[in-house]
Parts: sequence; structure tokens; C-alpha cells
Amino acid sequence: MLSPAESVVLLTGILVACCCALPGCFLLLRRMALLGDAISHAILPGIALAFALTHSRNIMVMLAGALAAGLACVALIQILGRPAGATGGGLPEDAATAVVFPAFFALGVVLIGYVARHVDLDPDCVIYGSIELAPLQELAIGSLRLGPRPLWILGAAALINLLFVTVLYKELKLACFDPDLAALLGFRPRALHWLLVMLVGGTTVACFEAVGAILVVSFLVLPPATAYLLTHRLTGMLVLSVSVGALAAVLGYVLAVWINSNVAGAMGWTAGLLFVCAWVFAPKRGLAANLVRRLRGAAEG
Amino acid sequence: MPDWTLLVVLALLGAATGLVGTFAFLRRQSLLSDTLAHAALPGICLAYWWTGNKSLAVLLTGALAAGLVGSLWHTLLVQTTRLKTEAALGVVLCTFFAAGIVLLSLLQAHAGASQTGLDRFIYGQVAYLTDEQMLVLGAVSLALIATVVVLYKELKLFCFDPDYGQTLGFSRRFLSLLLSTLLAGAVILSLRSTGVVLTVALLAGPAAAARQWSHRLGLCLLGAAFFGASSCIAGALLSFHIPQAATGPAIVLVLSAVVALSIVCGPARGWLWHFLRSWRFRRRVEYENALADLFRLAEAQPEAAGFSLEGVARWQQSPASRKRRVLRALVQRGFIEPAEPHRWRLTHAGLRVARRIVRGHRLWETYLAQNLHLPADHLHRDAEAMEHVFSAETLEELARGLQYPAHDPHGHAIPPAEQEGQDA
Repeated sequence: MLSPAESVVLLTGILVACCCALPGCFLLLRRMALLGDAISHAILPGIALAFALTHSRNIMVMLAGALAAGLACVALIQILGRPAGATGGGLPEDAATAVVFPAFFALGVVLIGYVARHVDLDPDCVIYGSIELAPLQELAIGSLRLGPRPLWILGAAALINLLFVTVLYKELKLACFDPDLAALLGFRPRALHWLLVMLVGGTTVACFEAVGAILVVSFLVLPPATAYLLTHRLTGMLVLSVSVGALAAVLGYVLAVWINSNVAGAMGWTAGLLFVCAWVFAPKRGLAANLVRRLRGAAEG
Repeated sequence: MPDWTLLVVLALLGAATGLVGTFAFLRRQSLLSDTLAHAALPGICLAYWWTGNKSLAVLLTGALAAGLVGSLWHTLLVQTTRLKTEAALGVVLCTFFAAGIVLLSLLQAHAGASQTGLDRFIYGQVAYLTDEQMLVLGAVSLALIATVVVLYKELKLFCFDPDYGQTLGFSRRFLSLLLSTLLAGAVILSLRSTGVVLTVALLAGPAAAARQWSHRLGLCLLGAAFFGASSCIAGALLSFHIPQAATGPAIVLVLSAVVALSIVCGPARGWLWHFLRSWRFRRRVEYENALADLFRLAEAQPEAAGFSLEGVARWQQSPASRKRRVLRALVQRGFIEPAEPHRWRLTHAGLRVARRIVRGHRLWETYLAQNLHLPADHLHRDAEAMEHVFSAETLEELARGLQYPAHDPHGHAIPPAEQEGQDA
């Protein structure tokens, strides 16, 4: 059986998977799959600046700084990546991303070099996170001890994401598949876009505190991509990607314990393996199904 | 001062990544380098695991192999699934990097944390490069630069017109593979100095900056090589003087400043020049409109000596100061002259300009009505836009095509073309 600490780690992983899978689906469908990657790196200077300005180690201050930096990064990418004509030449959108987020990250690394003496933050923990330490970070209000803090934060984030998707399901769906019609019907796809960006930023920030960028990005990209290969329906994709993410968290944890490796890495890698399984064995469009169909065709024809 | 050989190696490295990055930039593959950089990590770990050797050449070979496998998988994913290219990039990046993290943690548990020095690849470091390592980096950089110089023509063709290249016998598949190999080579070069996350900046940054300065590929390549090399040197010097700034981040910050500066004031696509160009165009349209209006007034009342813009519809909305500014500018340029108080007439030079504009306007209206059968009330707005952008050749082509019509659809006379030596 699992010890309490182990179950907290496992539960943290599952919550991260649920948190990320929902907005991840919409990122994938809107062709912004790498935005999570950019945001998760760009939050670093925000954290450093928030600390440098307030000298507070309050988690909410850090999260606010991180969110602001993430949104600034996305805004800058959009300004630079605008099509030529509106503001002069600018850049192709991929190049804008490639130029902006490393600049943020580099600034963050340098800033943290300055404030690191006062705060236990290093770029390492931003990338790998420390999911193993999740049980040790306790949330306490006064003398009331509420248990591991990451569980509370991630639970809240998962709830917000779920609420966002259920309340705005129709609008999101339309904005993904027919943005022109969405604009015509008055659904304001631009506002929705920024809402989605804020949600991804918030999710990234909430998760990274517990697990680091690599797991967040993996769970934003891999489970939705897996689900995308398995179904053509949006509802199915959302449900599947949450399930795949949770499965990856559980199997990854088992793997990490078995070979005694980094837990976040193992969870991300398991998600990758599940994707490969879907790629090869997907019932209708997988590589294996294609091969069988081709062989049959050859045998018949 | 840092060692001068280090600076030379860094300059070569920056030039090589700048050159290769330009082709990736043009192929819209800037983010592929991010994926390749992350995909290299498991390659580095496996190379060390299998050989037990941590010489840079061995590790970089592993990284190159992993990068190529990653780029191949990406191509396969795009070809065999519904995933779009950026989603496929994300899938490769996450899977490989997570595998790398797992391997790294296993290696560190076995061999002791920093002993392997493999973690240097994640953040990059140039401070403790040995002579042998610098030799490897310098040699790879030179090989990349030489390949780009020798195959410049082929790569250029591949970037701009691969289909035409194919018909000339330049294999599309081979060139695509070559470019991927070059890209993976450039990525592993910068891995050691700037690390996994920042490598993408070293490839995309110089190209993005150079693109703002020129529309020509040759000049863009030279610019990218220059920006890459100088940013690497400046970053290294900066980090030498500011101990908190590690070399990789320092290089990327310098490079980002160069990119920002180029985007603001690069002459080819920069913002300042763009605003300047569009401001000058708007001003020219303003002047030409005023001249054309005076011409139309003179047409309507041939006996009057001078005219004012007061009665013209499009000037009624605009403030008096704008009218004064336009008229003053036109007087200064010798296009109009005062006839009586608050009345102007066109000079000889002004008449030529006005005649050309009105001629363009009416010819275009005729064309729209005759060839596109637009109703008469749909013609004016389009002609208003077109009259300012016709070149003399286009205008004559148009007139010839319409067989030199004398009147436009509204019944106005179309002024004849300016003849050599003809007086107005």
C-alpha cells in the first residue's frame, strides 16, 4: 500500500494532469500547442521581480508576478508576430515565439542570480520542479493545518479549469472550429483567446510551483495530442485527455519508484509512451491499422 | 579578459548558428531548433552511458543522433497523423526531454551528481572549456559555415522554390535532410554554451534581426553571421565582468537587445521605417488630392482665375489648419500659386501632376465600367485609391488597352497623356 506521502505525490501528479489536459486540448485545436512551453519559461523573471520588488515570500505575490510575466510574453509574441502590414514587417509567428521566450528566460536566470541569496529559488526547480517534496509543503491558516499546499492550489486550479470549460463549452468549440462564425454570432473570439491564455498562464503557474515546467508542458501537450489521435469528437477528446493524463501520472509514478528516477520526468515520459501507443495502435487511423488495411488491399487487389 | 581563443571559438559558433538559423527562419522552422535542443538531452545521456566517455566529441555525436531521430519522428508525425506541425514539435520535445531527465537522474544517482558534468548542457557554460573541447566546437562551427558557403545556391533554391529545384535535379528530400542535419549540428554547438532552453534564441535571434535590415538572402546571411558572432563575444565579455550573469543568459540578453533594436529601426522591415514610409505616402496622397481637386474646379469654371478648397466635399470635414498646411506645402513646392486672396491656381508643374492623377482616376473608372461592368455609382471609391499608385507605364498600358477613350463613364473628359515638349 501507499504511504500518505506517496499518495500525496501521486495525487499531485493526477491533479496536474487534470489541470493541464483541459486547456491543453483547446491549445492544440487552436494551433497554439507550444504556447504552454513559452509561458512556462517566461514566468521566471516575473517570480524574480516580484520578490525583488516586495521582498515577500508570500506564494500569492510570486504567482501574481509569474502570471504577469507569462501574459507579457504572450502579448509580446502576438505584437511581434502580427502579419506584415499592420505594424511594419514584424516576424513570422514561430520566429516571434522563438525570440521572445528565451529572452524572458535569460532575464529571469540573471535576475535570480541577483536575488538568489535571499530566496530558495533556482532555475533547476523551475524546470524539474520538486514533486517529491509536495507532501512537505503544508498549508496552514493560523493554527489550522490543512494538509499539503500543492493539493489545495492544484485542486482549485483544476476546479477553475473545469468550470471554464463547462460554462464556455459552446463558445470555445465554435472559436476553435469556426472563428469567423463565432465572431459573427457575437462570441468575441479575441476575448475568449485571451481568457484561454490567462487560463493556461494560471495553470502553468499553479502547477509549476509543485512540479516544474517539464511536467506542465508535457501534460499540456501529450495527453491532448494522444486523445486527438483517438477521437474526432471534442467531448471525447476532453474526457480522453484527462484520463490519459491521469493514467500517465499513475504509471509514471510506478515507473519512477521502480527504477528510482526523477518522478516528473518519468510521468512526462510515460505520457510520451502512451502517445506512441496511440500513434501505432489507434483503432482507425493508427499505423498498425493503416498497415493492415494496406495489406488487405494488396491481398484483394 | 577571457581567453582570446575562447572568443574566437564563440565568434565562429555565433556565425555558424546565425547562418544555419537563417535558413530555418525562412523555412518557418525556428521552433524546430527548440525541439532539437530538448531532444538532444537523452542522446547525450545515452552516449555517456554506453561509452563511459565524457569527451565533448562523443557527447555531441550522441546529441546529434538524438536530434536527427527527433526531427525524423517529427516529420513522420506530420505525415502520418492529423497533428499540425507545432503540435508534433511539442510531442517530440516533451517525450525526448522527459526521457532525458529520467536518464540524467539515473546517471547522477549512479555516478554522482556533478561528476559527469552532463547537467552543464541544460544551462550551458563556457567558463571551463578545455582546449580540446574548444577545438571540437571550433571545428564543427567551421564545418557548418563551409557547408553553407559551398551549398549556398542549392539551399537558396530549396528555401524559395523547392519545386523548381526538384525539376533542376536538386533532390528535395536530400536538401531537406541536409538542412535538418545542419540545424541539428548548430543546435548541439550552442547547447554546450547556452544550454537547452536558450539555444533556440541563438538560432532564431540573428536571423530575425538580420531580416529587418535587408530583403536579400545574401545580406541576411551576412547580417545573421555578424549579429550571432558579435552577440556571443559581447555576451561572453559581459558575463566576465558581471559575475551573476552566466554566459548563456548574457549572450541571449545581448542578442535580444540586438533583435529589439533591429525590429524598431531596421530599414527593410523595421517599425520606424515602416511608419516613415506610410506617413510619406499619406502626405503624398493628400497633396495629389488637393491638386486634382483644383484641376476639377478649373475644369468646371474655365473662366475663373483662382480657386479655393472650401467648397470641395472631402476638405469640408478637415480642420482649417490642415488645409493651410497642404496649400502652403504645395506653394513651397511650386505646384500652385496664389491668384487672388484665398484663391489659388495650378502652376505648370502642378498642372502636370494633377492631369496625371485625374487621368488615372478616369481611366480606371472607364476600365471598371467597361471590363467589369460595375454600375456608375461603384466606380469612384476604387479609383480614388488607385489613382495614387499607377506608374506611368501602367497608365499608358491601361489607356492602350481601353483604346484611348475620350470620356469616362460619368461623361468627364479624360485628359490626354503628357507629350514630350507639349505645353499645357
